[in-house]
Amino acid sequence: MITLTDVLTLGGMLFAIAVAGVFLNRKNIIVLLMCIELMLLAVNFNFVAFSRFLGDINGQIFVFFILTVAAAEAAIGLAILVVLFRERSSINVEDLDTLQG
Amino acid sequence: MFATILFFAFSTVLLLAALGVILARNPVHSVLLLVLCFFNSAVIWLLLDAEFLGIVLVLVYVGAVMVLFLFVVMMLDINIEELRKGLAGYWPVAVAVAGFVAFAIVNIVIVRHLGGAALRMAPPLPAGYSNTHDLGVALFTRYAYPAELAAVILLVASVAAIVLTLRHRPGAKPQNVSQQVRVRAADRVRLVKMPSEKRQ
Repeated sequence: MITLTDVLTLGGMLFAIAVAGVFLNRKNIIVLLMCIELMLLAVNFNFVAFSRFLGDINGQIFVFFILTVAAAEAAIGLAILVVLFRERSSINVEDLDTLQG
Repeated sequence: MFATILFFAFSTVLLLAALGVILARNPVHSVLLLVLCFFNSAVIWLLLDAEFLGIVLVLVYVGAVMVLFLFVVMMLDINIEELRKGLAGYWPVAVAVAGFVAFAIVNIVIVRHLGGAALRMAPPLPAGYSNTHDLGVALFTRYAYPAELAAVILLVASVAAIVLTLRHRPGAKPQNVSQQVRVRAADRVRLVKMPSEKRQ
């Protein structure tokens, strides 16, 4: 049988890999966006697992909404990325210093 | 038992693909490996009896979001070598932070036995249980307003994406719709009366 521990461990490892990806691809915005998608996937694993093992459907509703918001976020993020590339001809994070942050 | 073997097999492929996503040199390979991640996740969700979400993950993520990613990655002409320069030195930090996160989560989940023994086994599903039906009932009763809100968020996102990428080229000759609508026949056609000429 699949136990709750297995699924939660899998979600945790997936989240850790995504966090490592943010550090390893610090300059490439596209891969950063993909790492965020991986993190959301790891969180969704926890929701689905608890929903199944507690016998409560509300967790899956939340996954549904997270998927919605993640799709909206990816669409707007990629649109900003395209505009950025058109302006700067680069997607390097270090080139984004207009705001002098 | 068979479900457990499937779970571990697909989990292994999922974790390897996730590692590939963050380590691949070419962003196109990253996107394709992320697609593999989502397929494996969908299978694992099916094993956890979340059929509707598993199919939605394939349809929405692989079918729409990842195609969008792939489209953008292939459309942009990116100098990959420039983006990777100087990042090799970051791997100790990455391993340390990821190791800490994994240690913290595993510590809570395994060592402290999150949920106790009661949550070890999934409760058996009643006969004739339909995940999609159950989800639909909850979504359209208790969560009706959030569902409407999610629809509005998607609409706003699509409008925002179009507005952001819209560009006005100088020298282009677009139609002026309001002028077109406002025009009357009298502005365009002028009927003139002319006396007919005598035949020779």
